[in-house]
Amino acid sequence: MRYRQATALLALVGLFVALYLWLHALGFGGPIKCGTGECETVQTSPWAVLLGLPVAFYGVVGYCALLVVSLVALRPAALPERKWNVVLVGLASVGVLFTVYLTYLELFVIHAICRWCVGSAIIITAIWIVSLLSLRSPATRIDPGASPPPPDRRA
Amino acid sequence: MNRFYVVVAVVAVVLAGAVFALLKTGGGAPAAAAGPPPKVVDDGFRGYTLGSGDAPVEITEYLDFECPVCATFATIQMPTIKEQLINTGKVRWRYRDFPLPIHQYSRFSAHAAQCAGAQGKFFEMHDQLFYHHQWAQTGKDPSRLFRDLAKAAGVELAAYDACMESGRYAARIEFSRQEGDQVLVDGTPTFFANGKKLNFRRLPTSDDFKALADSLRR
Repeated sequence: MRYRQATALLALVGLFVALYLWLHALGFGGPIKCGTGECETVQTSPWAVLLGLPVAFYGVVGYCALLVVSLVALRPAALPERKWNVVLVGLASVGVLFTVYLTYLELFVIHAICRWCVGSAIIITAIWIVSLLSLRSPATRIDPGASPPPPDRRA
Repeated sequence: MNRFYVVVAVVAVVLAGAVFALLKTGGGAPAAAAGPPPKVVDDGFRGYTLGSGDAPVEITEYLDFECPVCATFATIQMPTIKEQLINTGKVRWRYRDFPLPIHQYSRFSAHAAQCAGAQGKFFEMHDQLFYHHQWAQTGKDPSRLFRDLAKAAGVELAAYDACMESGRYAARIEFSRQEGDQVLVDGTPTFFANGKKLNFRRLPTSDDFKALADSLRR
């Protein structure tokens, strides 16, 4: 359960990082808050758009999916089901692969690093590690024997 | 369990507030740069060109003067392209404006270049804006600096001031931007060769354009 809670919180933080970059790409606000000019370099490059949509939009969708799945997996009925851990590992793996591709573009094609992108890369990597650890942990048990006995109707 | 959902809600509210604050404090552009997009007027202008009209290859570049990648291209690659391709008659270069909405002074700088262009100094002002690109990193109102750059470019300042104050070319710049939208410009710089969009996997070099010019001439 702790792993799923950690995944949900990390996905929530990642969601707002991606949301900021997406809203910025849509023209909300002024210059991006970055500390150096390199965020602008990345965000205004032709590689900041994929299939007609800002790359940050895919981040919003990905983190949303991770957040929703981890919250669904935290329902009491879903806690013993290990399939949710597998789903989270799958989603996180897609995110990590996408992040590796984007980091490659930053380092070797655009030659600029966006701090927000680095932040997102750290978050998705943490989610991936946490989700992998959840695969190794024993499933949360809901033991009927631990529940209080039903009231004795004969009394 | 309930305590966890309270934590999630609190974190969500704090982060939403942080994003709102980041977006709000990012504004503050002067009226000239932050006003609504002007009306579109097609005055028949299709961009300033460099090179011979007989060149077999025409490259159209959609650029944003505030874009750091455009500045890198203009200052690192363009001198070689001018020397080896444009001055030798192999390529003609056409500049089109594509001010990105995320930039505070894109339209303002494009307008400064157009006002210089009205005096035959577009290319000089283009170079001034890109070779002194630190203005794009400060977020400060660059009006005075642009005036100094215009002077350095050989622009007569009284006419420049009148042009800038009247916003004479705002509609032309918006027309170029909308034209860019129609041909699916999705970032800057974006290049077209004889009308066909070029998809580079990295910022192109002078060698890329040399190879392109050679292949299109055959």
